[in-house]
Amino acid sequence: MAANAPALRVENLETHFFTKAGVVKAVDGVSFSVERAQILGLVGESGSGKSVTGFSILGLVDPPGRVVGGRILFDGQDIANAGEAQMQSLRGNRIATIFQDPMMTLNPVLRIETQMVETVLAHQEVNRETARKRARDALGQVGISSPDERLAAYPHQFSGGMRQRVAIAIALLNDPDLIIADEPTTALDVTIQAQILYEAQKLCRERGTAMIWITHDLAVVAGLADKVSVMYAGRIVEAGAIDQVLDHPVHPYTKGLIGSVPSRNKRGSPLYQIPGTTPALLNLAPGCAFRERCPRADPACLEEPGLSEPVPERAVRCFHPYAEAEA
Amino acid sequence: MSAFVIRRLLQSIAVVMVMSLIVFFGVNIVGDPVDMLINPEADQADIEAAIRALGLDRPAHEQYWYFLVNAFKGDLGSSFIFGQPALQLIVQRMPATLELAFSALFLSVLIGIPLGVYAGLRPDTLASKTIMSGSILGFSLPTFWVGLMMIMIFAVILGWLPSTGRGETVPLFGVPVSFLTLNGLSHLLMPAVNLALFKMSLVTRLARAGTREVVHQDYIKFARAKGLSSRRVVMVHVLKNIMIPVVTVIGLEFGGLIAFSVVTESVFAWPGMGKLIIESIQNLDRPVIVAYLMITVLMFVFINLVVDVLYSVLDPRVRLQDMRA
Repeated sequence: MAANAPALRVENLETHFFTKAGVVKAVDGVSFSVERAQILGLVGESGSGKSVTGFSILGLVDPPGRVVGGRILFDGQDIANAGEAQMQSLRGNRIATIFQDPMMTLNPVLRIETQMVETVLAHQEVNRETARKRARDALGQVGISSPDERLAAYPHQFSGGMRQRVAIAIALLNDPDLIIADEPTTALDVTIQAQILYEAQKLCRERGTAMIWITHDLAVVAGLADKVSVMYAGRIVEAGAIDQVLDHPVHPYTKGLIGSVPSRNKRGSPLYQIPGTTPALLNLAPGCAFRERCPRADPACLEEPGLSEPVPERAVRCFHPYAEAEA
Repeated sequence: MSAFVIRRLLQSIAVVMVMSLIVFFGVNIVGDPVDMLINPEADQADIEAAIRALGLDRPAHEQYWYFLVNAFKGDLGSSFIFGQPALQLIVQRMPATLELAFSALFLSVLIGIPLGVYAGLRPDTLASKTIMSGSILGFSLPTFWVGLMMIMIFAVILGWLPSTGRGETVPLFGVPVSFLTLNGLSHLLMPAVNLALFKMSLVTRLARAGTREVVHQDYIKFARAKGLSSRRVVMVHVLKNIMIPVVTVIGLEFGGLIAFSVVTESVFAWPGMGKLIIESIQNLDRPVIVAYLMITVLMFVFINLVVDVLYSVLDPRVRLQDMRA
């Protein structure tokens, strides 16, 4: 893989769910790219399509959902419509995943050792002893003490934070090129969250692993990601380098999101909230999906705004963006 | 673990004691066996002599005490009809019943789990719907009627399988079994399928429900995200999780298999305990009835113990709770 070529480039990804009530366009023309040793934050509310985007890359969208369009270029190769055999050889091997709820991601009736060793054996031609040694080393790397004893334990013998460390260790086992982390710290308390973020960032830098960090929490990506894409109703509404987007948001939605983060400077004053709720994706009306909640909406917003040209990597989907100076 | 087993053993002894009380007095209420046993032309002196010989002239609590003391010596009384020790009569017929019950259990697991898992993985296919409708039939058709229909079709019309008896038996560790000879196997097949049908439907539905629930769990998606083959996901990750409810129910229902075998044994003239107990009830042969019930209680208690131990092997979380308790 060339040094600057993106590890993953997603172009116009469309993942739709064909329900009895109609077609739900959960992901509707999403594009982004992430390079080696880079962390991309994919931010959005519940139902914005960020998790479905992650599962689309893994080829794990459950029926009635299906990737219907776009390209997913992993290492230069389009895997959007790759066969199950090919995806199976990529998953857990070159594209690893960390899930949201560590209490649910480990199989309760299998030992940690079984769950780790099988991940190695699924992809590498090594014997059980070597696989076990790798599992032990991976546990050590994520800061789990006495890994030998821990291998023999069952998930219920670990705390939530420790389980998430185990899940991260599993993700690291086969030294992946890309890690998709789907809200991995949401279920953890704040101190543990900080530790996990620190570990993730360190591992990503040290190993040159590309990472997509899916979250609803801007505060999490603020200290972690290099760049960020904000999703709303299945589309990316704003993208750019993390500092630029957070300091100078230009899309009204991003601005609203940042405005609604509690901060010390605004103590005592009521917290800002974006009026209304996220629209249902089933039979979404054409035009800007955010217009019902947008302070700047006007009749022009009945048309679908396009994503502006990235000036380097800065893009917005809005007819009336804020000027960067305004923010 | 050992503390758990000891605690369960103590509980089991209490259960057996209480059951012995209920069984003994229950059987005494049912009817007076003397009328059935004694020649109607016998005179009063003969009748009284017979009653005394059977120990029926003593007060009930004395009879119970006498029964308990003998039971601890391994003597559950002698059959009024056969004159043989009741325990011996039952033990002679037990292998036939156990063979039938185990064969049925084996069939229901061997067929029920794959069918259920398949139906759970692909719930919308025609095959799955057929399996599930079939399982409703398995539940609702009465065992004796299915048995009679099987005899009609396979024994009378087609003439493929024999309809009665155990066939040729060979001793296995000193116990006669049918399944090791071809002739015995042909005799075993129909009764075993007949007895298994209900349990098979139960196992199928349980396995399906379990699979439907488990496949949507995050850990299954995570297992797939690790790049495991679907074979490994199903055979290890799904199967081990659904085995917990399946083993529990199979264990508890194994007693039911032995109880239901009364019907199947009668239909297929299978020379097991079920046939014996039916005859003994008709003859009010108290010692045999009591001995049968006591042995059944012991068997249930033992099976439940085994299930609990198996359960903790399958589900590591159970072990932890036991250690706390």
